[in-house]
Amino acid sequence: MTLIATDDFKPRRAEASANLRQRRRSGARVRLGPGPAIPFGLQIGSVGLVVLWALGSGLGLIDPRILSAPWTVMEAFGRLIADGKLQEHLGISAWRAITGLVIGVAIGTVLAVIAGLSRWGEAIIDGPIQIKRAVPTLALIPLLMLWFGIGEQMKIITIVLAVIVPIYIHTHNALRSIDNRYVELSETLNLSRGTFIRQVVLPGALPGFLLGLRFAVTLCWVSLVVVEQVNATSGLGYMINLARTYGQTEVIVAGIVVYAVLGLASDAAVRLAERRALSWRRTLSQ
Amino acid sequence: MASHPVAIEADFAVRTRELYRGFDGRTILDGLDLSIRRGEFVALLGRSGSGKSTFLKALAELDHDVTGSGALDVPENRSVVFQDARLLPWRSVLQNVTLGLTGAEAAGRRMLAEVGLAGREASWPIELSGGEQQRVALARSLVREPELLLADEPFGALDALTRIRMHVLLKELCARHRPAVLLVTHDVDEAITLADRVLVLEDGAFVEDLPIDLPSPREHDNPRFGQLRRHLLGKLGVSTH
Repeated sequence: MTLIATDDFKPRRAEASANLRQRRRSGARVRLGPGPAIPFGLQIGSVGLVVLWALGSGLGLIDPRILSAPWTVMEAFGRLIADGKLQEHLGISAWRAITGLVIGVAIGTVLAVIAGLSRWGEAIIDGPIQIKRAVPTLALIPLLMLWFGIGEQMKIITIVLAVIVPIYIHTHNALRSIDNRYVELSETLNLSRGTFIRQVVLPGALPGFLLGLRFAVTLCWVSLVVVEQVNATSGLGYMINLARTYGQTEVIVAGIVVYAVLGLASDAAVRLAERRALSWRRTLSQ
Repeated sequence: MASHPVAIEADFAVRTRELYRGFDGRTILDGLDLSIRRGEFVALLGRSGSGKSTFLKALAELDHDVTGSGALDVPENRSVVFQDARLLPWRSVLQNVTLGLTGAEAAGRRMLAEVGLAGREASWPIELSGGEQQRVALARSLVREPELLLADEPFGALDALTRIRMHVLLKELCARHRPAVLLVTHDVDEAITLADRVLVLEDGAFVEDLPIDLPSPREHDNPRFGQLRRHLLGKLGVSTH
């Protein structure tokens, strides 16, 4: 009996593992998630771009009049930092961008909460925001200049208007998609409106808000370029514009590099905040 | 929706008189009269669509979009346990238990220990199993020391073994905290195991109001258990023969 059973058992096992191998080969078990994170994965694309640029310039494939070589740009950086120009322009630009960002985020969030929690709020607020979304910032500038002059006020208002849109859209959307079951729960727990907003609504809308913030931080630098190139006597945009007048390609590229670094750094900062604030979530990115 | 308070006698936690509820012109609750004594455990059985969830929502005063009339007297201090644990995923286990309460941290910890989750206070809800999440929901309800506990198929989504363990736990907790309980369920065995009294709802009206005269612990192999179960299944339109 025992002998037969053992004999019987062996070939069956072999057969089973053969089956398994065959299934693997035909790719039956496909991994659908993106898989584990690549170390420094987010930097690979950007570094690759710089390497291509250096190779192109070094091999003489890129005309320096069209695009300065990386080392020429580095020299320009050295000069700009040595005579304090870069720090000065960057400081002013950063002040404009951050002021506009802070005010815009605050207004966008408040508008989203009002529109998300009340039908009347939505009826009044949502339309104008959608209109603003459809109008390019550049087209609004002449009007804003007429209303607010050409000083700092107009520049910051332009940035505020640009930042409000993504913050509002994403926060409002997240608020509206909060599960009604949580609303029901809050009612049974007799939560006050204030507690409901603080404990349920705002944390529930946080993923959407942070997505909006990622768009907003990039957008505040982008709007800066627009306002500072239209009319300004200081700031990164002005520096680039001036360099264009004098044909200093390397300064233009240096300015663009600064914008790129600022944009990337801001986005990375928001992503870090996102990972901290949303540690309760388990999603594809982990 | 008009709800007139009725004169309540001190030993009743819930009283409804002529309770009607309708939705889209359809009558769902057809004049229900029910009294639940303080500390009494009542199970409400009914087929899908019999109106049992509507009745629970009426007692929880969660029915905003329905029309209705009748007298409804329920204690201010009542809690609801839903079929899903309904924990806020962005709040820790302890914060979920004490949600909306101030200075209740110690009580919350005690309650978590009572449901067997001491040491899990700082976990995120997503890190718990389905049964553990439902135990957190129980703790969240009981930490408010409710006079009335409304449970809407609270164990319906759990596996059979976890469900048995939850029955034992719920019975212990109710014996200790003595809330009046209305447990809505479609599980006849669950109703007989837990309740002092079983109601059967059909087409918005009670068709049975049966005291359960079984000694504790209630063993399923007790012949009386089988009798009660056959009787209730019959009322639900299920023949076991």
